[in-house]
Amino acid sequence: MSKIIEVTNSNFELEVLKSDLPVLVDFWAPWCQPCLMMVPTLNELSEELDGKLKICKLNTEIPEHQQLAIQYQIQSIPNMKLFKNGQIVKEFIGLRPKDIFKSELESVI
Amino acid sequence: MQYDLIIIGAGPAGLTASIYASRYKVNNLVIGEALGGLVFEAHKICNFPSEQEVKGMDLVTKMRQHAESLGVQIVVDKIIGIDKTKNNKFKLTTQNKKEFFAETILLATGTKHRKLDLPDEDKFTGHGVSYCATCDAMFYRDKTVAVIGGSDSANTATLYLAEIAKKVYQIYRRDKLRGEILWIEQILKNPKIEVIYNTQVKSLKGSEKLEKIILDQPYQGKQELIIDGLFVEIGTFPQKVLIKELKLETDKKNYIKVNQEQKTNQKSIWAAGDITNSSNNFHQVITACSEGAIAAESIFKFLQEKKEIRASK
Repeated sequence: MSKIIEVTNSNFELEVLKSDLPVLVDFWAPWCQPCLMMVPTLNELSEELDGKLKICKLNTEIPEHQQLAIQYQIQSIPNMKLFKNGQIVKEFIGLRPKDIFKSELESVI
Repeated sequence: MQYDLIIIGAGPAGLTASIYASRYKVNNLVIGEALGGLVFEAHKICNFPSEQEVKGMDLVTKMRQHAESLGVQIVVDKIIGIDKTKNNKFKLTTQNKKEFFAETILLATGTKHRKLDLPDEDKFTGHGVSYCATCDAMFYRDKTVAVIGGSDSANTATLYLAEIAKKVYQIYRRDKLRGEILWIEQILKNPKIEVIYNTQVKSLKGSEKLEKIILDQPYQGKQELIIDGLFVEIGTFPQKVLIKELKLETDKKNYIKVNQEQKTNQKSIWAAGDITNSSNNFHQVITACSEGAIAAESIFKFLQEKKEIRASK
């Protein structure tokens, strides 16, 4: 079972910025094919890295979310940012194979 | 799992082949890295009969639903190896370590976006450089952007961006845009769009993100163009990995050579869609569908003959 959390404007601060665990936020949109292609990988990683990393998704299509997309300078999706203690520590842009992505994440979390 | 046919690629060619194969009762499976292939990214398609105007994503979703309604399973995964078994079947291994067996293969893996091959292109990817206008246009509301390219995909990207951005430059190396005249007419009369002909981008500049591009010759007296985003639409190329592994014969541009039945030079392997040199190299949704249908019928006949031979023995 995927442990991905859908975040919104209202719970972004609580789920991401104030999280005790590192958080990977996937900025995505339904019309972005590479974003959809990342879904199985993110689902699996959310289980495999459970307890070490939280994975959240923010749908940038929703008008109320666009301020967050601007704030985090999203210019291209999929864009996945890794937050630790409320700060961005790494950014991943575009599709990535699961194994490589997993080791990239493990090296930072 | 054992199938009569495994279709690699889940774009229009692969999905159409699956629809035809299922109706011929050919037991088939579709494996694709990307549902819908490149068409998914087309923000508007206006030349597919019966659809006056449709988003690529919607068109290909309908195709997928059609294929699935006939019972086919579509697996989202990547093929990393194809081997021949002792009894002359194909064994396909996926990235997620799954194995599938097939009597015949249809390769319909399509093409990938071509990059500019400029220094710092990777650094700016996602920071001003994009290869998918449909995905990223909305991040450039009221900004200034440029599109590189002059064929249908570039033209439609330009028109889509003009709906969102403040200003769109379209930079093309030739003296005239190519493709459907209807798109070109819309570009030329859109006051937000400026086409820069006979020009190429020489370099990308910026600190954290792309800030400007340097042209190989001056435009309105200046060689640099200040922009917020650059959309690269300079064509596509066939994905080579499986072509090499299966030892398929290709033309000079690496497209798979097929005969009238979409058969490749290798026994039991067919190819369809943008990855082939078929349909006069006219890479369209409708030609991909057509090639998929032709391949499926040819595979059906091949399997029938094989069955008859086996039965007569």
